[in-house]
Amino acid sequence: MRHSSLVATVVTLACALSTSARAQDWNSAGLPQSALDAPRTNAPAAPKRDISGTWDAGGAGIAGPGHESPPWTEWGRQKAATYKPGNGPRAVYEADINDPLSTVCDPAGFPRLVLYETRPFEVVQTPNQVLILYMFEKRWRVIWTDGRPLPKDSDPRWYGYSVGRWEDDDTFVVNTIGSDERTWLDNAGNPHSADLKVEERYHRVNRDLMELTVTIDDPKTYTRTWTPRNRMPLTLAPAGFDMMEMICSPTEVIDFRKNISDRTNNR
Amino acid sequence: MKAKRFGVICAALGLVLLSAPVLAHHGTASFDTTKDLTLKGTVTEWIWANPHCFLKFDAMDETGTVRNWAVEVSNPTDMTKRGWARSSFKVGDMVTVNLQPVKNGAPIGRLRTVTLPDASTLSAGGPGPAPAAAPQ
Repeated sequence: MRHSSLVATVVTLACALSTSARAQDWNSAGLPQSALDAPRTNAPAAPKRDISGTWDAGGAGIAGPGHESPPWTEWGRQKAATYKPGNGPRAVYEADINDPLSTVCDPAGFPRLVLYETRPFEVVQTPNQVLILYMFEKRWRVIWTDGRPLPKDSDPRWYGYSVGRWEDDDTFVVNTIGSDERTWLDNAGNPHSADLKVEERYHRVNRDLMELTVTIDDPKTYTRTWTPRNRMPLTLAPAGFDMMEMICSPTEVIDFRKNISDRTNNR
Repeated sequence: MKAKRFGVICAALGLVLLSAPVLAHHGTASFDTTKDLTLKGTVTEWIWANPHCFLKFDAMDETGTVRNWAVEVSNPTDMTKRGWARSSFKVGDMVTVNLQPVKNGAPIGRLRTVTLPDASTLSAGGPGPAPAAAPQ
């Protein structure tokens, strides 16, 4: 049993490395997850209180099918009933999808940006902020690190209001409130309320590996807190990594709907 | 022989590993996963865009009727990694397209593989065999 597991692991790694060798070195987005295991044991120690650099979660970051949530509250159930997702257990025909991201290019928003299409992102640290620049949508977030508290009553924002702190030399914790209720959590049509609180934990294991954990606390929508991302591995991209643009253009989406999705209905 | 077997294993694994991004924007609800069509046709348009690239081509069906098909693949980011490019097709190219059609009979589908005028083949799932119809 141990022998077969070892063989499977070696084969998977070999295939992943073979795949990565074929990929263009200026954009390694979407590497199979197994390729990301490579730096785990051999990399030098992480620099202290530093998560700067470009990070890639590979296929796990994309998370197309969405996440399995805990049971909804009655409010959550009613909200979800108005969402017609393209994936997950409630998936509908393409023509019937009403996901505001894929049908009209509304912002993915936060936390959807870290739960779905989490493509490569670059972290930039300044004296009073951590900036995260995302390949998907070509968006950025500001995470305040100057010690300010979260506002008591934040106006809704597509990407919420975030503050961050170092829990220890290797762990950066971000708390966010004020996410606009119009955004979905994922591609399976999981909703959230304006009361949503999100915690992100960026734990740098070594120089080349970081883990992301995302916890959702939204008692108006879910019957308990849940963790859709649990220590998702992120690998440090090589210096000179040049992210592709991946932008939702209304012009392109209208063209896609006209040619494909609007013609797939079941009527 | 060993190399060939290794290639087959890699292809099978790649199929599993690469199937998720294909479904990132939507699942298979619209598609007839029991059907598999291969059509010869002439490219009329190649759209390199989000959320999906798609190829349009004229092809004659078994009744002698020419229909203009539109078949989707994944987005430019994913397709670049799989060896596709904005310049993969030009209008007038003669191509052979293997696809999975939608359920409602419209000339719409999900492209699986395409054979180009120079006889080379591109797969929607990247190097290796065509991606199977991934279950929802």
